[in-house]
Amino acid sequence: MATLLKNREILLVIAIIALVFLIALRFPGFVAPANLARVYNDTSILIILALGQMAVILTRCIDLSMAANLALSGMVAAMVNAAFPGIPIPLVILVVVALGAALGSINGLLVWKLDIPPIVVTLGTLTIYRGTIFLLSKGAWINAHQMSDAFKALPRAPLIGFPVLSWLSVLAIAAVYILMTRTPVGRAFFAVGGNPHAAVYTGIDVGRTRFLAYCLSGGLAGLSGYLWVSRYAVAYVDIAAGFELDIIAACVIGGISIAGGIGSVGGAVLGSLFLGVIKNALPVINISPFAQLAISGTVIIIAVAVNARTEKRKGRVILKKAEAV
Amino acid sequence: MAETHLSPRIIPDRLQSRGSRALKSWESLLLVVAILIFAINSFASPYFLDPWNLSDATFNFTEKALIAFAMALVIISGEIDLSVASIIALSSTAMGLAVTMGADTPKLVVVGLGTGLLCGAVNGLLITGLGLPSIVVTIGTMSLFRGLSFIILGDQAYTGYPASFAYFGQGYVWWVFSFEFALFVFFAVVYSVLLHKTNFGRAVYAIGNNQTAALFSGVRVGRVKFILFLLTGLMAGIASVCLTSRLGSTRPSIALGVELEVVTMVVLGGVSILGGSGTIPGVVLAAFIMGMVTFGFGLLNVPGIVMSIFIGVLLISVIALPILWSRARRRRAH
Repeated sequence: MATLLKNREILLVIAIIALVFLIALRFPGFVAPANLARVYNDTSILIILALGQMAVILTRCIDLSMAANLALSGMVAAMVNAAFPGIPIPLVILVVVALGAALGSINGLLVWKLDIPPIVVTLGTLTIYRGTIFLLSKGAWINAHQMSDAFKALPRAPLIGFPVLSWLSVLAIAAVYILMTRTPVGRAFFAVGGNPHAAVYTGIDVGRTRFLAYCLSGGLAGLSGYLWVSRYAVAYVDIAAGFELDIIAACVIGGISIAGGIGSVGGAVLGSLFLGVIKNALPVINISPFAQLAISGTVIIIAVAVNARTEKRKGRVILKKAEAV
Repeated sequence: MAETHLSPRIIPDRLQSRGSRALKSWESLLLVVAILIFAINSFASPYFLDPWNLSDATFNFTEKALIAFAMALVIISGEIDLSVASIIALSSTAMGLAVTMGADTPKLVVVGLGTGLLCGAVNGLLITGLGLPSIVVTIGTMSLFRGLSFIILGDQAYTGYPASFAYFGQGYVWWVFSFEFALFVFFAVVYSVLLHKTNFGRAVYAIGNNQTAALFSGVRVGRVKFILFLLTGLMAGIASVCLTSRLGSTRPSIALGVELEVVTMVVLGGVSILGGSGTIPGVVLAAFIMGMVTFGFGLLNVPGIVMSIFIGVLLISVIALPILWSRARRRRAH
């Protein structure tokens, strides 16, 4: 039992169930299966993004540009659709995933080839990508009537009882899970984050691994760009502004160590669901949506404090560490 | 995250003379760039070389530079504070709240600076007290502080600041020299002395270069870092007083994205993002350069978001260029 409680995933499952239970005490409608499915569907995009961010954080990097990448890819998807409604949607999706991956690879190249700290790179590309949306769209919105019906219908089309959006996130979870646990690249993500020097000696190219992590996060941000724009049926410069913080919050809550090397797909998914439940519960329990930003901030700080506690290495202290002061 | 340097540090055989080192320094390069931009601007627009226009141009950077001085020390010590823009928002909201309760100008300033200090103390406690990484903590407090002003203000705005409060952002000390510019000069001197002439400044460099070594040589690492975050909070509070007074209103979205410009200013000023090196005169020059470039763009009617692209490119290239340059030099040396 004690070891079970130390497991982050199980702790999170308990926390989420407790949270849902508390809300259900006053609002039984919240736990209706249909509503829970809606909450999951609403969290799908966050889950997809958190999976990408997880890979990047595992390699001791960070991607602050994901939301801007999402917005730029989404804008391109919407513009392509508005200009050429005939192009089949799967092709549009393929294009935005490739575009997102290309934008992510810019981050990756700067980190890999020029050794620039990831936070500076992605803080810079964050503004560059947002600005590019303005240059592309001239500040104009692309509204629902400019998008084709097929473009808007795909995420909400039902498939075996659930919307395609939910299925896509399940697919992403499965794909990233296999990538993380069954492939050399997945192992390399952990190895690079756990100890970059040791990773070099085991024959892993640290820079290249980080580059691949950024490509993955970029590709997933591109996919989310299409999903976001088609789901809300609008594209403009500021969509998903500030969402990068939610993505990082989801990862930190999910027990992914910001120092790299520690984390799991389950953690990222559950961290996202935790935030998703809170976000969907706020209007139900009558708290102003303006409170959401402060709540995410508080949850990030609490989660990182908890992480630091559980990550403390056990064993004999030979040399006092400077960080302990 | 700061340990990507796997190559050994190269120690030169012979030290350079003071003069040639000064000539080759980042600061002298910045000075040349600043003079160039000044010259280009005065050719590009006939309105540039007017004392009042130049005075207006200083408002583009004074508030951000005030924070950049403290941020430079934080970054030299190997940490970062991304919450400064949110501190401005929260402190401005607190002042707005104080106005509705009937506070006069001196009380408003106390509230503004006090909120900044308090926010800085929260950051400092979380980072030094609990030993958490500053980047995540300040990403968290960045949403927490701004989130609090959203909770207080929602979609409303505070206006109705007393007339005497306008002095901090709109007043002039003498002729074209604004109060903000005077503050900028004052704090440039204060921080130069603090960083370059005091034990505290030496400690900041020592921590940034090797925290463990600094600890073992008797530097109180935790206390120095706490003071640095406190100072950053205070400077954000001062900037908030100036900005709120200049705009005459408070919205929760005030100063959105300013943290990026402050970090860019510090890095452009030659402060290493990995910590351990940098100077205040460099940051002062960087502030002038960024201020004049945005002013020049403004005269050419470039929209704000395009300027932000420029700042993003600037941020990445000022870090990339020295790396590329030293790499090219090493290749030539081999």
